[in-house]
Amino acid sequence: MSDAPPAVALTAVAKRFGTGDGATLALTGIDLTVAAGEFVSLIGPSGCGKSTLLRVVADLVEPTDGTALVNGKSARRARLDQDYGIAFQQAGLLEWRTVLANVELPLALHGAGRDERRRRALELLELVGLSDFAGHRPSQLSGGMQQRVAIARALARRPALLLMDEPFGALDEMTRERMQTELLRICSETSAAVVFVTHSIPEAVYLSQRVVVMSPRPGRITHLIDVTLGHRDEDVRESGRFFAAITEVREALRGRSAVAQEATS
Amino acid sequence: MRGARSGLSGLWPPVVFGIGFVAAWEWFVVARDVSPFVLPKPSAIFEQVRLSHDRILEAALSTGTNALVGLALGLVAGVGAALLASRVRSLDDALTPLAAAVAAIPIVALTPIFNTMFSSTSTVPRRLVVLIAVFFPVFVNTLKGLRQIEPVHAELMHSYAAGPWTTMRVVRLPAALPFFFTGLRIAASAAVIAAVVSEYFGGLQEGLGPAITSAAAASAYPRAWAIVTAAIALGLAFYLAALLAERVAMPWRRESA
Repeated sequence: MSDAPPAVALTAVAKRFGTGDGATLALTGIDLTVAAGEFVSLIGPSGCGKSTLLRVVADLVEPTDGTALVNGKSARRARLDQDYGIAFQQAGLLEWRTVLANVELPLALHGAGRDERRRRALELLELVGLSDFAGHRPSQLSGGMQQRVAIARALARRPALLLMDEPFGALDEMTRERMQTELLRICSETSAAVVFVTHSIPEAVYLSQRVVVMSPRPGRITHLIDVTLGHRDEDVRESGRFFAAITEVREALRGRSAVAQEATS
Repeated sequence: MRGARSGLSGLWPPVVFGIGFVAAWEWFVVARDVSPFVLPKPSAIFEQVRLSHDRILEAALSTGTNALVGLALGLVAGVGAALLASRVRSLDDALTPLAAAVAAIPIVALTPIFNTMFSSTSTVPRRLVVLIAVFFPVFVNTLKGLRQIEPVHAELMHSYAAGPWTTMRVVRLPAALPFFFTGLRIAASAAVIAAVVSEYFGGLQEGLGPAITSAAAASAYPRAWAIVTAAIALGLAFYLAALLAERVAMPWRRESA
């Protein structure tokens, strides 16, 4: 792991939307390194720029300042080389394609042969437990199942980095916890690094090795919290260490807002 | 649209209503002793359909061919223009007002002009009129469908480093299909109406329009109504064909329960 370049390396990243008086500073002074294979969550209140930061890494948003490297290359190069897979809050499946064809899409766009594509897509559907649904249309699937298809699709090209923008945000609590456990299992099988945007503290703590706490106006990183829970299983959710870590993240989130309130009052 | 009436079960209410309506009509004409030139009995109309079905069919075929050719040309023109407008900004600026102008053309006024442009034995003027009637609904609806892309799909395709034409093929075109078919449904009925109307302004003496005129001129009112019935049937046939094409082209809309 030490030989590999970091999955993500951000240096002094800033992003400004608009110009002049109407400009908002969405991100400022962001320094962050995500090691290969590491699971990092970005958490913070709405408007703290966590989704924007993810999009800078994905080269969907260009930073106004600073540099973003993915696998040691520029974010743009990494996007063109398909070095990352991405999943959004909406599954974003193409309703006219079957589940299998949706997973095949990124492979088809980059010239994989028909047989290879099919084999890989079936393998991925097995990984996310949807082998029996290969021929279904997305609209026949529940929200959680659609999201699993989206994750399979994101993994199609065996990316070293998985970017996820609140992928479980629209799911009910029970489905959500099951999906989290599922995601950790999938990640341990693929050894991809993950940058995971969420606004749920338990979700961030349960999934991550490191939680990045962000604060709005201007969007910036306020705390980096290491989470040491060891092996994750359902029992961990009820352990003292889990609650201690949740408290730590909550304090970090609250700490900033307390300061902000003092400043305004 | 999803989970809408499945199969034939949705067919019964209009059929029952239709039969009831025709029965009430028959009863009304008989009971009030209405003159045939005001309103003939449905049974008299159907008698005429039976007696002159050869001539009616021939007329319907002639009108139907004009409508079909005009519809096909209008679809090609409408979809082609929408594709260009959705890809090239400057063409969009030029085409959209032009399309609105085309929609505002009173086709009734245009037909005599076309008739003088082409020879009086030509079917071209009628087909042109249909084309114009078809173009606008197809162009506007298809363009609307091509323009809107879900943000999540746009970001996804961008993350795949897909170019505009790939995005067009993989996302925009299939996503625009429901919009195109909305346009087609409007256009299919409009094509038949335009084809019939265009027949009233001189030129060839074939088709449903001239047949209605000559029947009415000969005081054969039930026959005139019989031909009107054929025109309605032709319009319905076009509309149903459009619906059928929609279902065949978009199986995913049916499978979702």
